[in-house]
Amino acid sequence: MKRKINKKRITRSSFGAGMLYLLPSILLFGIFLFYPMFKTLYLSLFWTDTQGNPVQYVGLENFMYLFESPSFMTSIKATLLFVLYTVPVGIVLALILALLANENVKGIGFFRTMFSSTIGMSVAASSVIWMLMYNPAIGIFNKILSAIHLPELQWLLDPDYALISVAISTIWMNTGFSFLILLGGLQNIDERLYENARIAGVGTWYKLRNITLPMLSPTLFFVVTVSIIGAFQSFGQIDILTGGGPMESTNVIVYAIYKDAFINYDVGLASAQAVLLFFCILFVTILQFKIGERRVHYQ
Amino acid sequence: MIPFKKISLYALLIFFTIVMMFPIVYAFLISFMQSGEVLEGNLWPSEFNFSNYQKAFEQVPLFKYLTNSFVVSITVTIGQLIVSSLAAYAFVFIPFKGRDIIFFLFISTMMIPWEATMIPNFFTVQNLGWLNSYAGLTIPFFALAFGTFLLRQHFKTIPKELHEAAQVSGVGRFRFFFHIVLPVSKSSLITLAIYSFLTTWNMYLWPLLITNDEKVRTVQIGIKQLQSQEVASEWGIVMAAVVIIIIPTLLLLYMSQKRLQKGLTQGAIK
Repeated sequence: MKRKINKKRITRSSFGAGMLYLLPSILLFGIFLFYPMFKTLYLSLFWTDTQGNPVQYVGLENFMYLFESPSFMTSIKATLLFVLYTVPVGIVLALILALLANENVKGIGFFRTMFSSTIGMSVAASSVIWMLMYNPAIGIFNKILSAIHLPELQWLLDPDYALISVAISTIWMNTGFSFLILLGGLQNIDERLYENARIAGVGTWYKLRNITLPMLSPTLFFVVTVSIIGAFQSFGQIDILTGGGPMESTNVIVYAIYKDAFINYDVGLASAQAVLLFFCILFVTILQFKIGERRVHYQ
Repeated sequence: MIPFKKISLYALLIFFTIVMMFPIVYAFLISFMQSGEVLEGNLWPSEFNFSNYQKAFEQVPLFKYLTNSFVVSITVTIGQLIVSSLAAYAFVFIPFKGRDIIFFLFISTMMIPWEATMIPNFFTVQNLGWLNSYAGLTIPFFALAFGTFLLRQHFKTIPKELHEAAQVSGVGRFRFFFHIVLPVSKSSLITLAIYSFLTTWNMYLWPLLITNDEKVRTVQIGIKQLQSQEVASEWGIVMAAVVIIIIPTLLLLYMSQKRLQKGLTQGAIK
């Protein structure tokens, strides 16, 4: 009996202590993440004044308006295209770099450092550099095109090329991070697997297809998820390079939210778009957990 | 390795190094050019002098912006270290009822994109009177699930018996945390600090939203401002400013690339 009481007291006191250590995180998450998430859901159901105060409950009207708005459809299209342009090419590039940098040769540390450089580059600084490179009159890209006798492009000013141009710069910006994660994944693969393969005398391609890629797949999958989510969240490069133009061709979802909320002061409409962004990313994350779980059974 | 294979490996490594480094080197070269040279589309400056760098500091309050960025980044780094390590300690060493629910709460924070919460956050910060303040730029970012998980991985390697022994001999929880757990987890703490500093230094959207004068504005917004002022003619000055703001993070990265790789891979896979 006495023991039991004692035990109970310990549990209670450790509940207090545990919560005390967790309190800063819980408070901050509550104020700056969970509360605003619910508030966004709430505001998306209202018409709001310019200060963001709900004025009238309108149910799903904001969403209906969005799905009938050509401008929002352009934005969805731009966002999905942006994911499509940046993710596959970005991953393949990072994978090639990681495979090259995983060879143990002299001076490899230098190349690893160079390949990861873009982690240290901010979106703002990178975008400003790419803006000059894309400059139709003085930028390097048109210099190269004219040197090899191809017609010059307007790059960021041409509605047909603007999104691809922003995507190319984004691939470059993200490569360092994906590279570093993939290199870590490669280095975690058991050396003995390669030893056995070497003894069996299999070729490079066989090793890549049957050892490296399967063993790397959890890491690869993680990088794909992070890249998709990152592409959905892109903002800085759009703001600096194109401002969502020309003709809204680069008006990706986060930029559209920013413009509606803080330039057009339509907080309800912006919140509705934020809710859709939330569900998109939730979907990708859940997919990651599900497929990630299934993978464990394979092994 | 067969020489041919080795040579082609190096050729590829060098080729991709040129591709990846080109924009950075380009910015560096342009930063020494006068406007006429840039307009001609030259790649190599006629002389290396620092007049553009000097002008960059004169055109916008670049020094003030740099200071602001340092203050903000260091504050967020320290804040994240404190808040995350406290939480990680509770998750590893203090078993209590409901801990799993809270752990799930931490995981669920990773599913909420920050951009989906920025509108109410803006109004919260406005109501707190934190627009244009260091508080508004830093405090909302102190809690970090990734940081908590990263530290938790390391804390888990500390034997539980050590904790029990400390409790039996009357060493308080906080003393154990401060004098044992933190010192032995130094390497993870440093990894997290580097990660925090890099991400905060490079933050763009939030400072854009909540700062509207130079008092606390960070360099990232400063470079946008300079670029939109000078875009017509003075690319050399703009690139000088770019070089100045990337130097701190590039140096940090070059010093810590190995450590960062280990930390990120751990946080990513486990």
